[in-house]
Amino acid sequence: MSNIPADLRYVASHEWIRLEADGSVTVGITDHAQEALGDVVYVELPEVGKQLANGQEAGVVESVKAASDIYAPIGGTVVAVNEALADAPEQVNGEPYEAWFFKLQPSDPAELEGLLDAAGYQAVCSADA
Amino acid sequence: MGQRTPLYDQHLALGAKMVDFGGWDMPLHYGSQVEEHHQVRRDCGVFDVSHMTVVDITGAQAKAWLQHLLANDVERLKTQGKALYSGMLNERGGVIDDLIVYLTDWGYRMVVNAATRDKDIAWMQAQTAGFEVTLNERAELAMLAIQGPNARAKTAELVSHARAALIHELKVFQGLPEGDWFIARTGYTGEDGLEIMLPAEQAASFLNELVGAGIAPIGLGARDTLRLEAGMNLYGQDMDEDTSPLAANMGWTIAWEPAERQFVGRSALETQRAAGDQPKLVGLVLEERGVLRAHQVVRVEGLGEGEITSGSFSPTLNKSIALARVPAATGDRAEVEIRGKWYPVRVVQANFVRNGKAVI
Repeated sequence: MSNIPADLRYVASHEWIRLEADGSVTVGITDHAQEALGDVVYVELPEVGKQLANGQEAGVVESVKAASDIYAPIGGTVVAVNEALADAPEQVNGEPYEAWFFKLQPSDPAELEGLLDAAGYQAVCSADA
Repeated sequence: MGQRTPLYDQHLALGAKMVDFGGWDMPLHYGSQVEEHHQVRRDCGVFDVSHMTVVDITGAQAKAWLQHLLANDVERLKTQGKALYSGMLNERGGVIDDLIVYLTDWGYRMVVNAATRDKDIAWMQAQTAGFEVTLNERAELAMLAIQGPNARAKTAELVSHARAALIHELKVFQGLPEGDWFIARTGYTGEDGLEIMLPAEQAASFLNELVGAGIAPIGLGARDTLRLEAGMNLYGQDMDEDTSPLAANMGWTIAWEPAERQFVGRSALETQRAAGDQPKLVGLVLEERGVLRAHQVVRVEGLGEGEITSGSFSPTLNKSIALARVPAATGDRAEVEIRGKWYPVRVVQANFVRNGKAVI
């Protein structure tokens, strides 16, 4: 059973989203996603300043087994990326909700309404299994 | 549901994540593939390889038949138990399978791949025409591979005196029966170790003893990164029926002498050798961050293109490595396309790690 914190938002492509006080959002991949990927050995992050559309490819996470795209859960501008993942990609396995990938400034805050809550994401994971 | 080895329930009990491999439900890992990889390089671990196919060969013409069937020459097997690695080729010189054959007191024992079992058996049966030879598939045997620098010492402590003595005496690439077991000093990891064939009904208790002695179970995931670091081919990925052994780093397994030995595929190989038209299988090392993967395109300046056949992250080297088929004249540099970008790679011999140490 994977860990799905109640204070985060989610999308069906297995990214988690934390709404920050300053209006930005922080994005990572879920415990369920890291578990399915296996040992993460490489993370490719978007460039700061890049404009991403909702659902656009934002980066890549590679495990020993396979490469998997990371998607922008909402449209926005990349305002920060977690450079520490370059040297320690295994953090994604160890602490999936600490090992954030990038922060977005939403282009349309109304899109936040479309994100899943923990129960909604739990339903997605159950359907996957 | 796929086929199951006699150890299927043990894998589940040990927490394995199961995957399909050539029609078999096999453990991918038991938690962390990378940790399992290190476990084998630094200590030892145990793999269930019961899905592999064991065939015993008897009959007055067993030797002559194998000299016809295989590109390598069983004449090279001079002592009991000695093992030989060979390709089994089609008439076009393509690799039907790669296998190990042991010289035994009843004749020979052959171990072929699991995913190719049906076509291998059919091909071998068809090739018996005109030979006094009998093939006996030993589906009732399980097989465990115990691999790593401490594999032999730790295993010897768990078995009878006679088996322990045999484990200590076996030479590299030799396998001998002891009672109803067959113990071989072979493997697919680039480490010292054993492959033990034993009656299926004994496999679960033996696995439990091994695990109880700290010999951790290892899944197919680590098996793949271990064999890749050791530069060992995976059938169906690094070579297949359309690949010449000359293009698969298996030239050393072709016994050209004696010239009059007419093994299957010989004339096709002779034509290829005379033409010098075969690409070569090499190792690639990515010095930058990223992961090389099968089917990525390799570009060699002035010579053309090639392709990665196996690629992954090397836990021992902490960088990505690959096997790639490239033009024969390729030197020590090439480039690989990853998601539309070209990355420089170092071209090396297809052998990255031996006995725990980097060799590149």
